[in-house]
Amino acid sequence: MSVAVRPVEAPTNTTPVRRRSVRRPRRSPTLTLLTGIVLAYSLFPLAWLVINATKSRDGLFASFGLAFADDFALWDNIVETFTYADGIFLRWLVNTVLYVLVGAVGATFLATLAGYGLAKFDFPGKRAVFAVVIGAVAVPGTALAVPTFLMFSQMGLTNTPWSVIIPSLITPFGLYLMWTFAAEAIPDELLEAARVDGAGEFRTFFRVCLPLLAPGIVTVLLFTMVATWNNFFLPLIMLRDAQWYPLTLGLYTWNKQASTAGGEAVFHLVITGSLLTILPLLAAFLLLQRYWQSGLAAGSVKQ
Amino acid sequence: MRNTLARIASVAAATTLAVTLTGCGSDDADTGTAAGDPVSAADIQAALDKGGELTVWAWEPTLKDVVASFQREHQNVKVNLINAGSGNDQYTALQNAIAAGSGVPDVAQVEYYALPQFALAKSVTDLSAYGAKSLDGTFTPGPWTAVNIDGGVYGLPMDSGPMALFYNKEVFDKHGIEVPATWTEYVEAARKLHAADPKVYLTADSGDAGFTTSMIWQAGGKPYRVDGTTVTIDFADPGSTRFAGAWQQLITEKLVAPVAPWSDEWFQGLGNGTIASLATGAWMPANLMSGAPAGAGKWRVAPLPQWQAGENASAENGGSSLAVPEKATNKALAYGFMQYANAGAGVGIRVAKGAFPATAAELNSAEFLGAEFAYFGGQKANEVFAASAANVVSGWSYLPFQVYANSIFNDTVGQAYVSSTSLADGLKAWREASAKYGTDQGFTVR
Repeated sequence: MSVAVRPVEAPTNTTPVRRRSVRRPRRSPTLTLLTGIVLAYSLFPLAWLVINATKSRDGLFASFGLAFADDFALWDNIVETFTYADGIFLRWLVNTVLYVLVGAVGATFLATLAGYGLAKFDFPGKRAVFAVVIGAVAVPGTALAVPTFLMFSQMGLTNTPWSVIIPSLITPFGLYLMWTFAAEAIPDELLEAARVDGAGEFRTFFRVCLPLLAPGIVTVLLFTMVATWNNFFLPLIMLRDAQWYPLTLGLYTWNKQASTAGGEAVFHLVITGSLLTILPLLAAFLLLQRYWQSGLAAGSVKQ
Repeated sequence: MRNTLARIASVAAATTLAVTLTGCGSDDADTGTAAGDPVSAADIQAALDKGGELTVWAWEPTLKDVVASFQREHQNVKVNLINAGSGNDQYTALQNAIAAGSGVPDVAQVEYYALPQFALAKSVTDLSAYGAKSLDGTFTPGPWTAVNIDGGVYGLPMDSGPMALFYNKEVFDKHGIEVPATWTEYVEAARKLHAADPKVYLTADSGDAGFTTSMIWQAGGKPYRVDGTTVTIDFADPGSTRFAGAWQQLITEKLVAPVAPWSDEWFQGLGNGTIASLATGAWMPANLMSGAPAGAGKWRVAPLPQWQAGENASAENGGSSLAVPEKATNKALAYGFMQYANAGAGVGIRVAKGAFPATAAELNSAEFLGAEFAYFGGQKANEVFAASAANVVSGWSYLPFQVYANSIFNDTVGQAYVSSTSLADGLKAWREASAKYGTDQGFTVR
C-alpha cells in the first residue's frame, strides 16, 4: 500500500547533448549493478501485487506467489472490490480523494503562503517561529495523534471528516521546504520592482512570486499528497464510522475481518483493493514529475 | 509498522485506563454494593416502545441481520451498527471515547477475556439492575461465568467458543495417523506426521495468548485468581506446567509450523493440508469455510485431546459479549436490544447465519445438534461442540488487565517460539511483566 517516495529519480537523458561532449559520463558497472538491485527491490512488491491481483480467492492460495494462477480474475476482482459490502470501497475512494484535495492542497497552500512570508519579510519573533517550525518537524505525527484525539473529542469533531482534514492541513516540513525555496528562488530585486510598479502585496505574491515557486509547490504537493493518501494512524484513532474511512483504513478492516469469528476472509479483495489504491498515486507522480524535474533543473542553472 | 502503531495506540489507551482505575480505587468499598436503581422489565418495554437512537459498536457480522429484524419489530428504534474495529482496535477506541467522555456507544461488543478489565474499571454497566440475573440458566456455564464478575453481570453473552480439535482427515489417513485422544498422543502424532512428510505440520503456532491461556485452562491451571483488587498470577501451578511441558516438545523439535494464526499463509496451510490440525473454539467452522475453501470435505472435528486419558475436560476459547458502557445515554433501550440479540429472537437469526450460540436452549436443540456440515464431510459437528460446552473446566478467570497482558505476550512467551528461551521461562517473564503493570495500576499483585 505504501508507495516509497523517491525524490531522486534514476539518472535519465536530460543532460543536453552539448554538455555530454564536454564531459563524457563514464559507465560504471558497479553503479549500474547497484541501481539495478535497488530497482528490482523497489519493483518486487509492486510486481507481486499486480500478479496476485489477478488471482481469484482460490487461485491466490493454490498458486506460487510470483506466478500467475490458471484463472485470470483481475476484472472479476475489480468488480467484486467495488461491489462488496454495498460498494463501500467506492465510498472510501471518494473519502480519500476528499481528504487529499482539501487536506493536501490546503496544506500546500498554507505552507507556500507561510514559507514565502517567512522568507521575504522581516518581523520581530522570526527566529522564534523558525525554532518552532524546526522543532515541529522533529515531532512525529503519531505522537500527537492521541492528544489531538482528546482535544477534538471535546470539540465534538471526532468521527467527522474534519478530524482527518484539519491535522492534515499542517505540514511543518512543507513549510520549511517552501521557506528555503522561496528564499532562493525569488530575488529581492524582483519584489522591489513589483512594489515600485505599484502592485499590492497579495498581487505580488499571486502574480509574480507564485509562478517562480511552482517547482517547490509541486514538491510539497507531492509530499503532502502521499502523506495524506497513505494516512493510517490518524483516521484509525479519529474515525469510528466506516462511512468516513479512507482507503487505507478500509482495506485494513477488510484484512482484519478474516481474523474474527465468523468473519469472511477476503484477501483477494484486499490485494486488488491495494492495487487500485496505489494507481492514483502513481498517476499523480507521473503527471507532476515533469514540473518537478524542470524545477530542479531550473534551480541548478541559476546556482 | 502497523503493529507498532497499534501497540502505541493500545499503550496510550492503557494509560488512559490507568487514570480511570486509580480514580475509582479509593471508593472501591461502596461501588461493589451499589447496583443502582432497579429497572423493571416494564421500564425496558416502555423504552423500546418509546424508541430512539442506539449506537452499537460490534464487528460480529451476523448482527447486521439481527438489527434489521429488531428494527422491524420496534419501529421507533433506530440502530446504528458500527464496526469500530475488531478486538484490540475497538477496545482502544472505546477506552479513548470513555476517557474523552464523548462518542461513547450505547452497546459495545467485548470479548470475554477483556470484559473484567472494563468491569473493574467500572467502564461498563452492571446489568443486575436491569434484571440480567434472571437470565441465569439461559446461557451455557462458560460464557455465563465469564460475564459474572465480582458479584455483578457486566455483559450478555453473545457467542461462545467451547474448544474442539479440528483435523484434516485426508492428511491423517494418508499418513496413518490416529486421532489423538491425549496430548501425549498428539505430540507423538506431530512427530510421526512431520517425519512422514517434512512439508506437513500437525499444527501451526507462533505464540498466541488466547490459545495458550485456553490450553492452560483445559489443563486445569488457574494462573489468574482475582479477589477484588488483589490479583494472583502464578504459572507454576500443575496445569500451566503440564501445558508448557507438552508444548515445549513440539517447539523444541520444530513440529509446529512457524506460521502466524489468521495470516493468509495460515489459511493457505489449512486449505492445502500442510497444517493438519487446529485446537480452537467452536466458532471456527465459518472461518474455515470462507478462509480455507480448499479444505472442504477433508476436515473433521474431534473432542480436544486430554491431559489424562479417559477424562473429558474442555475450555473456552474466544467468544464475546455485548456490554453497555457506563457513559451510554440510553441504557434501558440498550438492554432491550441486547436481550433481543443475545437471549431472544436474535439468537436464532445468528445461529442460522453460522454463529455459535451461548444459549443453552439453542445449543441443545435437536435442529442445531443434527445439522450436518458439508465442510466436515457431513459430520454433525455441533454434537462435539455441545459436549465440549458442557465440559468446560470451571473456576477460570482472566486478569482485570488481560488486554494489556495479551498485548505483551509476544515479547515474553512469544520468545520461546523464536529463540532458545524455554516456554516456562517465557511464562515467567510474562508473569513478571504483567505483575509490574498490575502493580502500577494500583492492584495488589501476588
